Amino acid sequence: MQIFSCPFCGPRPEYEFHFGGDLGNHRPEGADVSPEVWAQYLHFRNNPKGIAQEIWLHMTCGEIFAMQRDTVSMAAEPGQPLIPEETRP
Amino acid sequence: MTARRLPQGGEIDRQRPLTFTFDGRKIAGFRGDTLASALLAAGETVLGRSFKYRRPRGLFGAGVEEPNIYADVVAGDALRPNLRVTTEPARDGLVLRASNTAPSALSDRTGMVDLFARFIPSAFYYKTFMWPNWHLFEPKIREMAGLGRVASDQTGPVGDQINHFCDVVVVGAGPVGIAAARMLAQNGQSVLLVDDGSRIGGSLLHRQATMDGLDGAAWLAQAEADLATLGVRVLTRTTAFGIYDHGLIALNQRAEAGGPETLWRVRPKRIVLAAGAIDRPLPFAQNDLPGILSAQAALVYLRRYAVLPGARIVIATNNSTGAEVAQAMAAAGAAVTLVDRRPQASAPDGVTCHAGRSVRRALGRTRLAGVELDDGTRLECDCLLVSGGFTASIHLFAQAKGKLQWDDRRLTFVPGSEVEGLTVVGAAAGQFVLAEALSALPGALGCGTPAPQVESLPYDITSAWPEPGQKGRVWIDYQHDVTAKDVELAARENLISVEHLKRYTTLGMATDQGKTSNLNGLALMGQLTGRAIPEVGTTTYRPPFTPVPYVSLAGPRGGSRMNPLRRLALEAQHRGAGAALGEYGGWLRPIHYGKDASAIETEARMARAAVGLFDASPLGKIEVIGPDAAEFLDFIYYNTVSTLKPMACRYGFILSESGVVFDDGVLVRLDQDRFIVSCSSSHVAGVHALLEEWRQDRFPTRRIFIHNATAETATITVTGPLARETIAAAGIAADLSPGSFPHMTTRWHGTGDAALRLTRVSFTGDLSYEISVRQDLAPELWARLGAAAAQFGGGPVGIEAIMILRAEKGFIVIGKDSDGMSRPMDLGVSGPLKSKKVEFIGKRSLLTEEAQRPDRNQLVGLTPTDGLGLLPVGGHGIDTSGAAPRSIGYVTSSYQGIGVDHPVALGLIERGASRHGEEITIQHLGQRRRARICAPCFFDPKGDRLNA
Repeated sequence: MQIFSCPFCGPRPEYEFHFGGDLGNHRPEGADVSPEVWAQYLHFRNNPKGIAQEIWLHMTCGEIFAMQRDTVSMAAEPGQPLIPEETRP
Repeated sequence: MTARRLPQGGEIDRQRPLTFTFDGRKIAGFRGDTLASALLAAGETVLGRSFKYRRPRGLFGAGVEEPNIYADVVAGDALRPNLRVTTEPARDGLVLRASNTAPSALSDRTGMVDLFARFIPSAFYYKTFMWPNWHLFEPKIREMAGLGRVASDQTGPVGDQINHFCDVVVVGAGPVGIAAARMLAQNGQSVLLVDDGSRIGGSLLHRQATMDGLDGAAWLAQAEADLATLGVRVLTRTTAFGIYDHGLIALNQRAEAGGPETLWRVRPKRIVLAAGAIDRPLPFAQNDLPGILSAQAALVYLRRYAVLPGARIVIATNNSTGAEVAQAMAAAGAAVTLVDRRPQASAPDGVTCHAGRSVRRALGRTRLAGVELDDGTRLECDCLLVSGGFTASIHLFAQAKGKLQWDDRRLTFVPGSEVEGLTVVGAAAGQFVLAEALSALPGALGCGTPAPQVESLPYDITSAWPEPGQKGRVWIDYQHDVTAKDVELAARENLISVEHLKRYTTLGMATDQGKTSNLNGLALMGQLTGRAIPEVGTTTYRPPFTPVPYVSLAGPRGGSRMNPLRRLALEAQHRGAGAALGEYGGWLRPIHYGKDASAIETEARMARAAVGLFDASPLGKIEVIGPDAAEFLDFIYYNTVSTLKPMACRYGFILSESGVVFDDGVLVRLDQDRFIVSCSSSHVAGVHALLEEWRQDRFPTRRIFIHNATAETATITVTGPLARETIAAAGIAADLSPGSFPHMTTRWHGTGDAALRLTRVSFTGDLSYEISVRQDLAPELWARLGAAAAQFGGGPVGIEAIMILRAEKGFIVIGKDSDGMSRPMDLGVSGPLKSKKVEFIGKRSLLTEEAQRPDRNQLVGLTPTDGLGLLPVGGHGIDTSGAAPRSIGYVTSSYQGIGVDHPVALGLIERGASRHGEEITIQHLGQRRRARICAPCFFDPKGDRLNA
């Protein structure tokens, strides 16, 4: 049972969290996005051996955040806000 | 083997005798015995049958390493299958049955299987019993293999679970573990000391030592007192079974008298592993005969339980511990012969010694009668004790991703890398000499306190691995009946990697996880393939170290606590009205009112004719509030939202990014900046999560707020031609006239405790209002509406009646009348795709080739034309024009019409929207039906009743 750190709540056990996909999978906008680009966005995932940048949801508080993990050593960095505080509109 | 209980000695309480039965025979023992020690003392020899060959087996070990003897244990009503008899305490009145025997260990029916041994080596099931059909043989083979039987009706005690933290967990309370715990506690650390034995002491309980001038027992008593004074927490009967990521160590604590077990999840700053070592067996022909015991196990039985395992004992060994065991057995009165493979070996006084010799073969058919040495000498004996050397118990170290290295002097794998937060000490680190282990302790722990002083003999060992081509049947893994020939077979088939060896032969895969077999097996594989032992390596170590019952891992989360049902505020009222309740979307809801299912049709007819009251409280009510709420919802919804006027409602879809309809529902606009997403009852959590995800990821979070008000709001639906009259008669004096309260609008009414929101929206196709109130005010409102409805010949209706009414109107249920492929155009809603300009979830996906395919399955209505009754849900429409019938879609809902006098059905049929009027064939479970495709609406297609 791993410990992940929600930027809002701090360190919590892993079963309070839900995986939310790769960080940086930005949504292509508009009707003229090519089918290949759209398919990449919908279906293709990174699968790194080692450092992974991921989105996680802390179900207890509802916070969605970014977390860096190592898929080999299982080390997990403290979660970071999805959109940095300074740049929030 | 003529084992007997000695008149004195041991930990047993001779004042408290007990009896239990084994395969129907009464066995006498004492409080303090394990099942194994009592069976041994009672002279029992054959106590089990081997897994594959069904050979008679006796005890080999004294602890968790025991490979042979397992029993199903009944205590009162409770059955615990497949327990290791060496680690279970003996208790009065237990009923034991040898596992995997029929009818009993002594007279197993299938014993002659061993005669066919050469036809059933490892992996025989991939090569034999294939023709004519494997499934002819499979049930019998499975019945003969396998272990204890589980009672399917059994509900045992619920396991407990504890989360704990401390500075140090010390695993293993032998002399080194105890000394380590004491030193760390003296150094100011909070320490948890765990041991899987019934008491602490480890090897001090059966081996002699003088520590700090005291004999083992006295030193142990002093140390126990010190631990108590220092506040060290000690858990006995507790196995540390696994180390997991982020420094978690898991313990399974067994209760004293068969009560529920407790799972401990501990996150210490440091783990000290003092788990000891396990003595290996020796490889020789027929080395699995009953009467052959591990030498260290024999010492345990002698010293702890006062059982002398035989009268004429041969001890075969390749290391210096053999002499110690020989001396103990001789002092207890047995005639002892030591067969020591080391040429320089000598025996204590009174013990005959054959130095430089080894056992070639055990003699006897169903039990040991003697041994034959490698020089041809035959020795008669009734008990053979074997010691092949210690294997360090590094399992938890390896689970923590520690790397092992081979110690060629001590002939064992030992820790070979640093693991942060984990220190391995004592025999687990390969330090088999107590003096060495203790003097290394302060350095290993980083403590200043001096370690106990002890004199020990050195540990000397010579290799005695199985040899290729060894004559006779030589067992490597007792529990899974794997012999040296099986390892040779694996090598011949080129399955030479240690992981392949394990899986091909099943060596090390039994419940003992190879504790007495792994090293011998991989050593032999090394010899067969010209590799040194470290080159062959070990398989991956995984938790649990010993089996952990599911009740521990489940803890309190069993039965109804797995997925607790959500309860309605009006449940008492529904029960009072005689409702039959059932689970729908995680809620306990009225199916119908009254004793049997015929009430469903009655309720549906009543709602069409007069008025029905329906508890719609689980319906989603997710509030979306803020200056950007409208823009946000325009992105969320397929339909355009921002043009919705305040106090109006609109039916819409929420899509997934692949364009599939995720949920449908009604969106209510209360104000410029305030909306309520009224999604499907079963989808509330999913829709809420979707809304939050997009809010946090795409929009300025301070300008939108989301609040899930579903549980705090009760909703009662009043549906039917007499709905207005009913609401008025219930004392709700709102203006419900069609001019001032059109369809798909909402109104506030009343103040304070009488405040409610009326929404004119219909799921049944009749005039219908949903009344929402704070959930604690619902019972009073329900009572008033109930009394009013009764006046007009109406009453409560359950969810099944509602499902019929909505189906004949063509109102779909997402996930029932749509599937994981359904795009909104397939369900007949194409407008927004053409006209909506702004971006929304799934928009690009609706423009793909797949989404625009002309032959997609589309929502249609279906009526049977063959007069054979309701169409079957799940029946497939078929196109028989080609070589083989091809599915063209399927029936999704099917009911007897209520507002119409014929069966109605909905379905998803290929190009269905352009095939109205066509007759198709529907196939289901071998039967063929005929049906006509029509528009998906049978009741009131013009909407006169809806817009009344």
